[in-house]
Amino acid sequence: MKPARKQRLMLIALMVIGASIATAFALKSFNDNLMYFFSTTDVVDGKAPKSALFRLGGMVIKGSVERPGDGMMVRFKLTDFSKEVTVEYTGILPDLFREGQGIVAHGKLNDQHVFIAEEVLAKHDENYMPPEVKASLKNQTEPVVAK
Amino acid sequence: MFLIPNAVVRFFHRMASPPHFYAFTDKVMPWLMIIFVLLTGFGLYGGLYLAPSDYQQGDSYRIIYIHVPSAWMSLFIYMVMAISGAIGLVWRIKLAEIVAISSAPIGASFTFIALFTGSLWGKPMWGTWWVWDARLTSELILLFLYLGVIGLYGAIDDKRVASKAVAILALVGVVNIPIIHYSVEWWNTLHQGPTVTKMDKPSIHISMLIPLLLMALSFKFYYLIALIQRIRIELLKRERNAQWVKAKVVEQH
Repeated sequence: MKPARKQRLMLIALMVIGASIATAFALKSFNDNLMYFFSTTDVVDGKAPKSALFRLGGMVIKGSVERPGDGMMVRFKLTDFSKEVTVEYTGILPDLFREGQGIVAHGKLNDQHVFIAEEVLAKHDENYMPPEVKASLKNQTEPVVAK
Repeated sequence: MFLIPNAVVRFFHRMASPPHFYAFTDKVMPWLMIIFVLLTGFGLYGGLYLAPSDYQQGDSYRIIYIHVPSAWMSLFIYMVMAISGAIGLVWRIKLAEIVAISSAPIGASFTFIALFTGSLWGKPMWGTWWVWDARLTSELILLFLYLGVIGLYGAIDDKRVASKAVAILALVGVVNIPIIHYSVEWWNTLHQGPTVTKMDKPSIHISMLIPLLLMALSFKFYYLIALIQRIRIELLKRERNAQWVKAKVVEQH
């Protein structure tokens, strides 16, 4: 390679590496702000904001969904498989909302450490399969869980 | 050049010459068109008709056959643009500069399609058109990078200078590409994790995966076709005073 070309190539490589390092530092320092939601463990450990709106993500615990009263109010528990948080929401839930489903709720904690949600979004997983396959997977795994 | 067979080197040298490129693409274009139409036909038929509906999302998931290939293309085209821009900067090859700038509008379109179809998909499934999570935001930044490249190129009159400026902008923007890809793993996002592009086995049933891969390939061919057409026009514009262009014009009259 001619020296002039080699020099230009080195300059370009340095520029890309420099930009990458700068971005890596910037992302590292803004890491917390880039998190779209807090986990339930963050909330129980007191890392989430006390009296401000924030987003809480987790999985709806099976059997925890209840509708106290006749209204639209629904109460359920969220977990990240380590700590649990109770959530109350009044309104229409997205189609994908169900027990065992990951969701993201936007709202704030009240004094009883119950999360009062203003908005509930469903998170869907990265698995795609026909219903029959899902059903047969369930049949295979459930006896193992029962033991 | 080491390790690269001589025939390949000769091929690329010839392709870098505008008249040869023009004549060669004339010949391959019909074949590219045929492959593209076949792939799109089979891909859409497989995706919209043969593939079963999803256990959770029913038929709504079928937008995946447009959304995911577009999103892949938005990243792929950006890399092509940045790398050919770099080749243009280092080796001063005119054709590499033209490949870089001709890729920008195509990449921008695919980015827009990915964002738009994602939004249509998000409303029924997540319950919202748009959220500012890391994946969606970084993809939106990619769209702005593409638009920046197009705008910068248009703002500079000397097209050789414009190509250099655009290549530098594109190369700095490359840092966004791994961010988009890994955003769903590095941070909590509403967007789910990767389905196909991961080390593990893809978490999509094979009957749904095959049409998806066909569509991804068909989009690659679409890009190739659109790119070649744009390059040919750009070549004619830049070389309008060259002998071979005049000969072409005479030939067609």
